[in-house]
Amino acid sequence: MDKQQPDVHLMKGNEALAEAAIRAGMDAYFGYPITPQTEVLEYLTIQVPKRNGIVLQAESEVASINMIYGAAGAGARVMTSSSSPGISLMQEGISYIAAAELPCLLVNVVRGGPGLGTIQPSQGDYFQATKGGGHGDYRLIVLAPSSVQEMADFVFDGFKLAEKYRNPVMILSDGALGQMMEKVAFQKDGSLPHEIPAWATTGKKGRERNFITSLHMEPERMEGINLHLQKKYETIEENEVRYETFSIDNAEIVLVAFGLPARICQKAVDLARAKGIKAGLVRPITLFPFPKKILSELAEKIENYLVIELNSGQMVEDVRLAANGKCPVHFKGRMGGMIIQPEEVLEEIERIVEHQHVHAEEEK
Amino acid sequence: MPQEMLIENMECVYQKPDTMTDDYMHYCPGCGHAVAHKIIMEVVQEMGIQEETIGVAPVGCSVFAYNYMDIDMQEAAHGRASAVATGIKRVRPEKYVFSYQGDGDLAAIGTAETIHSINRGENILIVFINNGIYGMTGGQMAPTSLLGQKTSTSPYGRDVEHNGFPLKITELIAHLPGAYYVTRQAVHTPNTVRKFKKALKNAFEYQKQKKGTCFIEVVSNCPSGWKMTPKETLTYIEEKMLPEYPLGDVKLPVHEN
Amino acid sequence: MIKGTVLINSETCKGCELCIVACPQESLVLSQKINLRGYRYVELIQDNCTGCTNCAIVCPDAAITVYRQSKQQYKKAI
Repeated sequence: MDKQQPDVHLMKGNEALAEAAIRAGMDAYFGYPITPQTEVLEYLTIQVPKRNGIVLQAESEVASINMIYGAAGAGARVMTSSSSPGISLMQEGISYIAAAELPCLLVNVVRGGPGLGTIQPSQGDYFQATKGGGHGDYRLIVLAPSSVQEMADFVFDGFKLAEKYRNPVMILSDGALGQMMEKVAFQKDGSLPHEIPAWATTGKKGRERNFITSLHMEPERMEGINLHLQKKYETIEENEVRYETFSIDNAEIVLVAFGLPARICQKAVDLARAKGIKAGLVRPITLFPFPKKILSELAEKIENYLVIELNSGQMVEDVRLAANGKCPVHFKGRMGGMIIQPEEVLEEIERIVEHQHVHAEEEK
Repeated sequence: MPQEMLIENMECVYQKPDTMTDDYMHYCPGCGHAVAHKIIMEVVQEMGIQEETIGVAPVGCSVFAYNYMDIDMQEAAHGRASAVATGIKRVRPEKYVFSYQGDGDLAAIGTAETIHSINRGENILIVFINNGIYGMTGGQMAPTSLLGQKTSTSPYGRDVEHNGFPLKITELIAHLPGAYYVTRQAVHTPNTVRKFKKALKNAFEYQKQKKGTCFIEVVSNCPSGWKMTPKETLTYIEEKMLPEYPLGDVKLPVHEN
Repeated sequence: MIKGTVLINSETCKGCELCIVACPQESLVLSQKINLRGYRYVELIQDNCTGCTNCAIVCPDAAITVYRQSKQQYKKAI
């Protein structure tokens, strides 16, 4: 066999995600246009008819998520994508999908909010994604890509996780990642085979009927369902945590950031180290399950956490919980589509470190 | 002659369809939902499509339809049954897919999904149970409630100025080219039940032929919501409901030459 | 007349009386007795049932099973 040329392309994040979905054997996509992720739908409407699967522009995000529910319940591998206001519309459907334990992949290309907001990137949907979003006690598995490559890779990971746990998985991206172009190497077409699950509604042939529901009127039963879901989330927390560290070995101040800001922080860490500040970075890749353990362990060794987000301070709460008072947790964020710059982060690092030393001096 | 001896010399000519479960139905005495469920399951049995049929139950009194129909079913969020049915049919196009919806589900919260599924000509059957009231939640006004009708949210009678007109959703969607067969039926007399059964058979046949959306409205009753005995509801249907929602075919398939 | 008869599941019957209205022979009445759920159930009171199935067709709870002589059985009986 000849050595195959790697299948590398220069693509927009949204399009890379769409291409990955086709290669991952997605059976159906139902979605609705909304900036900054409409390219996902557009790319699929061009490519899917030529290759495999179904793509349908629904009349709204509400309709989309319910088509997703129906198709997932019938055993298909499905995906939808939207951006913040559209994801808000989908919350009821997502709650139903989580409760009925249906696998599906959701993509939120986050834009600035609240309200109609802006089309510029933001991370303001962290709470919505990781704390439920819709009603009831459920969780999404949340993956936060920070490159176009990860936009593609997480589609494969997302389908795998969704089907392994019968749970919706969300790729929490942002408007900049969706629009920017980078090199991306795709996994092979057909490398993620899919079997129709035994619980799916495919017509009751040779078995008892299957029904997909989230309605359980008796409290004992409903509690049982909830306990089962919670057990599932515990298992996910034990097995599926992913994060990346950068330069944490002798770090005194550790940045925590997800998505694109993590790359900005990486640059800031380099700048800080060049100035003799022992900085490092932890990049959570799964936002649920959150990498509590590493953050808790590190908190015992370092002087400060600095959490950088494009919001008013959402993930910082989870970092604080993980640190549990063992070290101070600082926050710096930008909102409304403003993107923080490495120099800004560096300034904040310096300010914290400076303040620390002044404090230490005063105590002497 | 004791009945057992009589039966020995007779044939069984009608019984509960095998395609229904043994579960006791929660519906109020005389409720049209129960009749409609039974007839749908009779048709599924007679056409031999139990293994090929997937139903979508709505939110409403018939939320528990999946407890009574022995076929694969999915529970939909309120109003979204036709979107759920779209999702199922698009990925399982060879199956018979139907949604079963009440007046709130189909004509209030689900209006957009209803119109667009039909506009796309989804190859599904939509069964629309219209009893002019929201039964499950305690008898509130529905889009199809009649003018002057007293409900828990129109205690002085539905009034045009405040609440607008009864919504003739069936006539509205019949205009859509994606709607292939649109008919209005009932289930309160032996005759109307027989006609409903025929309409269902037609609809499933058309679905097999991939003709587009079939839509069967069933003018039905709600003894609890209307605050009447089941017998009284028969009169109300004849005297009040049917003049507003006349029975018959609203749109017949156009025969291609 | 072709003879028929009906078996009514008295525990399933909710006494809605729709079958009584539908019966062309006036052969059905609401019993004075009640079932375990507290409903008065329907009973066949005459022997002029023709097995027309009207009652069973309109019964919401599918509580009625209908029997009828076939043409051959009818001819034999005459």
